[in-house]
Order: sequence, then structure tokens, then C-alpha cells
Amino acid sequence: MSKERNVDLAKWSGPKRPYDLVKEFVIAFLVVGLLVGAISAIFSSPDEPAVTLQQWANQAPADFVATTAGELAGTTISAAYGPPYNNAAEGLKLGPLKIQKWAGVTIPVNPAVDFVATPLKFSKDPSVPAALAQWNGASSDQQLKWATDYSTALGKAGDYTKVTASDAYGPVPTMATGLLALAQSDVLDGLLTTTVTPYPSDFTKPMLFLADGTYFDDLGAKQHLHGDQWGMMNETGSYPGQSWLWLFSLWYQVEPFKSSENADIQIFALLMLLNLGFIFMPKIPFINRLPRLIPFHRLIWRRYYKENNL
Amino acid sequence: MVLLAISLNHPAHFFNWGFISISIPNLIMIGIIFVLFFLALLLPFPTHDKPKGK
Amino acid sequence: MSSMWTTKLRKATVEKFEPQDVLPDDQPSYVASWIYVFGVLTLSSLAIIIITGLVLTTRGAIWWHSSNVGHFVNSMHLWSVELFFVFMVVHLWGKFWMAAWRGRRFATWVTGAFCFLASVATGFTGYLIQWDFDSQWIATQAKDGLNSAGIGSFFNTLNTGQAILLHVSLLPLVLTFIVIWHVILVRRNGVVPPLDAKEIAGGAE
Repeated sequence: MSKERNVDLAKWSGPKRPYDLVKEFVIAFLVVGLLVGAISAIFSSPDEPAVTLQQWANQAPADFVATTAGELAGTTISAAYGPPYNNAAEGLKLGPLKIQKWAGVTIPVNPAVDFVATPLKFSKDPSVPAALAQWNGASSDQQLKWATDYSTALGKAGDYTKVTASDAYGPVPTMATGLLALAQSDVLDGLLTTTVTPYPSDFTKPMLFLADGTYFDDLGAKQHLHGDQWGMMNETGSYPGQSWLWLFSLWYQVEPFKSSENADIQIFALLMLLNLGFIFMPKIPFINRLPRLIPFHRLIWRRYYKENNL
Repeated sequence: MVLLAISLNHPAHFFNWGFISISIPNLIMIGIIFVLFFLALLLPFPTHDKPKGK
Repeated sequence: MSSMWTTKLRKATVEKFEPQDVLPDDQPSYVASWIYVFGVLTLSSLAIIIITGLVLTTRGAIWWHSSNVGHFVNSMHLWSVELFFVFMVVHLWGKFWMAAWRGRRFATWVTGAFCFLASVATGFTGYLIQWDFDSQWIATQAKDGLNSAGIGSFFNTLNTGQAILLHVSLLPLVLTFIVIWHVILVRRNGVVPPLDAKEIAGGAE
């Protein structure tokens, strides 16, 4: 196989047949166009409405308050993320390679400040300014203790309305419920998107905040969209999704990746390797002999082989 | 257009086999690939002309 | 004369092609199988994708959420993508089992593989700019993989403005460029002969 065969290299000088490429394309274009039009008319396409912070605050206020306390305590996904958002962690590693860390903090996000303290300046709640002043005047150790203690109490009580008021939580409960009110009144969505320009096209902050809660996560799980549910391939509703991502999605379902903290980068690296294999497939021993070993080509060229007694 | 639609806006069913879990709509699309591949190999291709030598 | 850049470019490009090779009206007699139709079906789907995508751009990113016509065009855009991948995979399988990389056609295989990968990337950014729950979900999930590889530092899936511009300008340009390159290679090298076709009919020179 490695030796190029003359006949493969040469311009074909054997028998030919008329073949109308342009007509073939035009017919194919019309057929595909009509097919796509018909399928679209019958099945339409999915359009699950976007989730807002207001919706989250109204439908799952307990989760909203717990997540807000978590942002202040530095325990949420984005508060503990690392690059490219902050330096709270080093990020994932591929063996000794700290690629995520090396890429650096290019999209600075400080959840306690950006998601909570800054938007609270716009709160209409009369108790909020004093709470904010107390928060901003405290040491970071004190802030952390208040927020952590309140988070723990929330975890035990299950709902912020069942947590008994205590000075041990400092201004954190007032800040959290103040932010809840801000979100319920539909102000927070706008405040988080307009930090760069009042004419937004970047949803990094509201989406990081939303994804920190369990409300949004549960919505995805219900639609079978989680990474460990082969969610990468799936679409909302009963529509086909990106089934071409099967080889990417596969690795998230199996060990050692399934339980690896560094699964994302490990699978990314593996995929790069597999893509190289795909690109260079004709050069890979054995694989490049498969077409000979499993002779589908006898079917494809059956008329040719028959006419030439091969 | 939306009026004509057969609604697919309900949760999908899934084919589960061990760690494999594929939505039925995805499975249909993958099935279509296999069917088209084998039909393309098996169905006779129409050529109305006798081969012409050169 | 031959030192002129224009002359060199002409010799390297236009003069490499015979008109009959660019738009041949005949094919070797072995080109007689439905499997050969799937390359053209993939191109046709791509043409529909580009046309419906351009229609969507004329009315803006969120038009399709509020208009029946827009929703229908969006549906066509989605389903032509689904068919595009179906046809492309059948084409890929066909070319694999024909060992179509034989005879200096390795570059054709490589450009084809890049077509597939570029399509996956372009499709991905399309999913990010639907301005609905699906986009929100995919953006928040995919960011972790991209961040872990350092790509997230310059491509932020949660920056929808960035995603839409990538999807409607840079990535389609890259994909179209590779597709054209792929098709040019196919036309220049001709359709790969059957395996073991050596001994017959003056195939070899």
C-alpha cells in the first residue's frame, strides 16, 4: 500500500462516460432545498426561552440567596474558578502543564464585588446602604467569616426564611436578600450586562452568576444536557442535537476521565490527538489497510470489476 | 410555519445501554447515515450510456 | 518575464488547469455509484446553510424569535446543518472505504478532514448565538473545556457578541476557503481509480 500505484497517479486514460456535474449539483441543490423546507415546515426548530436572573430569583429564591452568600464566601464555581476570571485557583492541569494558569486572567471577574456588592449600590432597600458600608469597612477575614457562617446556616436550614437572625452573620443576610429583591424587580439582569457599555452584547457576568446556582443546573439536567448525560450531543426538546460530537462526549462517560478533576483538559488533549489521527489516517499502518481488508470497494466498483473480469 | 409543526418541544426519549445514552432523535439521525451509506453502495446507479472508449 | 510575480502566480494557478479538468463533462467509467453523489449533496447543504444564514443576518440576531417567517428560516438553517453532517459523514465513509487518498490524493483527504473540523467549530458558535436557553447552557458548559486549554482567554463563549461575529464572518470564511481548496484538489487530481485497477485499459501511462 505504501508504494503508489501508477494507475492511481496517472490521469485516467481508460473508458469514460458522460457525466453532467453541473446538472448533478443543480438537482442536488433543489432536492436538498425542498427536503430542508419540508422538514422545517413539519418539525420547526427548538426555542426554549432564555433564563433570566429575575426568573431564578422568583422561582428559586432560596437557591438565589444561598448562591449569593456563596459568592461572598468564595465557595461558588466562579468565585473559586481561577483563570481566565480570577486567581482563586490555578485551574486544570494536564500532567505538569498548567495551561489554564499560563493563559492568565484575561476576563477579570470578582464575584463578591461584581455580582453582589456593586449592583447593591442600586438597591432601593433602606437597610442596604448601612449593610454595604459595614461589609466594605470590614477586614477580608471578617467578611469571610460572616459569609461562611451564613452559608453554613443556610445549608442547615435549607431556606433563608428559616434562618434565625444573628449578629454572627454581619451584613450578609441583608445583602443577600437585598440582591434578591433587586433581581426580583428585574434590575439585576441589566446591571450585570452593562458594566462595560450600556449597550450590552457580553453576558459573562450574569451567566456565570446564574450557572453558579442549582436552579439553572437543574434545568439542564431535566433536558438531559449534563456533560455526564452525553449532554454535549443533545438538544432541548426532542430535536436531534450535535451527534457529530459523539467522540468528544464519549470520554466524559468513562473512567478515568469521569472522576478526574482535570477531565476537561485531559479530554481536550485526547481529542486533539484523535483529530491528528483523523487528519493523518491515510498514513496510519493497519487503518490504511482496512479498505482492502473489508472490501466495501468491491460493492462500490462492482460494475467496473465485472466489466473487467477483476 | 410554526402552525404546521409537529411539536418536538417535549422531553426526548433515550436509548440506554450500559454507559451509553443516546436520545432517540440523535439515534434516528445516526441511523439515517447508516441507511444512506448502505443504500448508496447497494442501489444500482443509473447510467444510460454505454462506456465510450478513448 | 518569468521573474514577474504575476507570471509566477499565473503559472502556479491558472495554468495548472485545463478547462476540461475544471468542469469535465465526462468521468471515468468506474464513477458509477450513488456514493459519488454525497460530496455534491454536502456542498448543496452548505449552500442552503449559507443562504438561510444570510437571510437571518439581514434581519438581525433575535428576529427569528418574534417572526414566523424568521423561525421558519431558522428551522431551515438548523435542518440543513443536520443534513450537511449526515451527507458529509456518508461522503467521508465512502472515501475511506475507497482508500481515496491513493495517488497523491493525501492532501485531498487532509483538506476534507479540516472541512469536518471547521464545520464542527462553526456549528458550535452557531449554537451559542440562538439567544435562548440552549445557548446559555452550551456557553456555560463549553467554557470550562475551552478555559482549561487556555482558549477561553481569547474566546469567551459567554460573550455573545464575539460568538456571533465569529459565526457569521471568520469561521464561515475559513470553512469556505477549505471547502474550495478541497474541491480544487478533487478536480485537479480526478476521481480515484478502483483498488487494483492497474492492469487494465491503459490506465497507467
